[in-house]
Amino acid sequence: MSIEVRDITKTFGGLTALRDCSLTVEPGTITGLIGPNGAGKTTLFNIVAGAFKPDSGQILFEGTDITGLGTHRLFRRGIVRTFQVPKEFSRMTVRENLMLVPPGQTGESLAAAWFSRRAVRRQEEEIAAKVEDVLAFLNLGHVGSELAGGLSGGQKKLLELGRTMMTDATMVLLDEPGAGVNRSLLAHLVEAIERLKEERGYTFCIIEHDMDLVERLCYPVIAMVRGEILASGAMEDIRSNQTVVEAYFGNAKAGGR
Amino acid sequence: MELGGVIEYGLFFLSFVGIYALLSLGLNLQWGLTGQFNIGIAGFFAVGAYTSAIVTTAPSPHHLGGFGAPLAVGLVLAMVLAGLVAVLVGLLTVRLRTDYLAIATIGIAEIIRLVLKNEEWLTNGVRGIPGIPRPFAETPGAGTLGQSDGVFLLVVVALILIVYLALEAARRSPWGRVLRAIRENEDGVRAAGKDIERFRLEAFVVGSMIMGLGGALFAHFVGFISPEAFTPEFATFLVWVMLIAGGSGNNKGAVLGALIIWLVWTGTEFLTSMAPPEYVTQAGALRLLMIGILVQVILLVRPDGLLPEETAERK
Repeated sequence: MSIEVRDITKTFGGLTALRDCSLTVEPGTITGLIGPNGAGKTTLFNIVAGAFKPDSGQILFEGTDITGLGTHRLFRRGIVRTFQVPKEFSRMTVRENLMLVPPGQTGESLAAAWFSRRAVRRQEEEIAAKVEDVLAFLNLGHVGSELAGGLSGGQKKLLELGRTMMTDATMVLLDEPGAGVNRSLLAHLVEAIERLKEERGYTFCIIEHDMDLVERLCYPVIAMVRGEILASGAMEDIRSNQTVVEAYFGNAKAGGR
Repeated sequence: MELGGVIEYGLFFLSFVGIYALLSLGLNLQWGLTGQFNIGIAGFFAVGAYTSAIVTTAPSPHHLGGFGAPLAVGLVLAMVLAGLVAVLVGLLTVRLRTDYLAIATIGIAEIIRLVLKNEEWLTNGVRGIPGIPRPFAETPGAGTLGQSDGVFLLVVVALILIVYLALEAARRSPWGRVLRAIRENEDGVRAAGKDIERFRLEAFVVGSMIMGLGGALFAHFVGFISPEAFTPEFATFLVWVMLIAGGSGNNKGAVLGALIIWLVWTGTEFLTSMAPPEYVTQAGALRLLMIGILVQVILLVRPDGLLPEETAERK
């Protein structure tokens, strides 16, 4: 379940968001993607997840070229992503938010919704059971019947992660899962991500600004600056990498951490 | 007024409510569940009305047909044609955001009205199509019963019941869940691997078919149609008011809204009829103004309508 990004370039008008970016997310890793704001991390995510098409370059998933495929096609191949700003369905319950996700539901056909109601109900019961597992796993059981719009920011992040658990995904792209999550929930989130990697064999690629979180969770870590990949390796090596430090803190304070 | 007169007026009144309830139910699928901003209801309403009129009236030299077909054929073809128009509009707009759908639908509705007005071979233009039969008018032995508003109302109520049950089943199904999610957050649905364009198109087409059915029933109820009947005020604006007042997202609310707003609408007609003769034209405009103010009040006092969407656990 590897993703290989080869020489991706993407410009928006005159702005080059990504320049010849190449990186590999190895199977079974929690790969971290760090870099200052505007480095192109989310753009790269958007391209890998099929929201944008690159100007040039290739994306390979398990060796197959997936460049330019739309989000829902990639989803079927097992690539799923979350968003920096959670995309919950506010006026639907937390349970419904999760029940929506599983692919290939019989009842998503209008004809089946009218004429195969028994089959649809049976499948709904299976999905509902899975939802309860996910809610329990994420400690969200007590808010299952609440409207998703009423959740706290941190709970919405957990819900985003929960949605990835409702799929058969093997490659999960998390965009800032830790942003706005309080300390106790964060510990929970870290634990959930690690358990998903161990128990379900997920491969993660994570954009994150919280360096402590990255250090605890991710290996390897890839540092991006101004649309280019600067370095990759263990977090401690990245911290001591002079170019990365300069990019983050400017020349004057180089060597600060 | 005598009792007989009151009952007769009641049947007449409720028949109109029923026709509007169908329009409002169709809009609820599009806007209430899916968030599609269709302000061309009048177009689908007109396509349904004219289709069933041409299909069921006796042959006439003044317009296409008539084909003298049974009423059921007229109703089915009305839905099919309204659906086909919706497929065309839908395919053109399905990738666009809902604001563009609004512009496209209002344009299409006006084009349809102008076609109906000007293509005399098809519709007899502004002179309209008379003699559109009532349900069971031709049934042997029905006698005057076929002309009664009571029989018509029964047919309308039966059709509303079928449409309502079908829409409720759809709303509670995974299909309806995807529609509501599209309304809430398109990107989130896309990230869950759903083919949004398909769902949008289906909701738009089914909703428009229901509007077409409403149009057909309108034609059979009034017996005579001309392009004047399909202006945006009556066929689009009032329907929106009904859905918003009744409760967007709630099928019961859509029906209740039709009842209440039609009551207010006809009530204002009664009020303005008491105005001195020299103010009669102004009074007509005043009625629309009053409805507009009513919408404002509803939105302030009960922003989710009289019967808000059911958001609690559904099972």
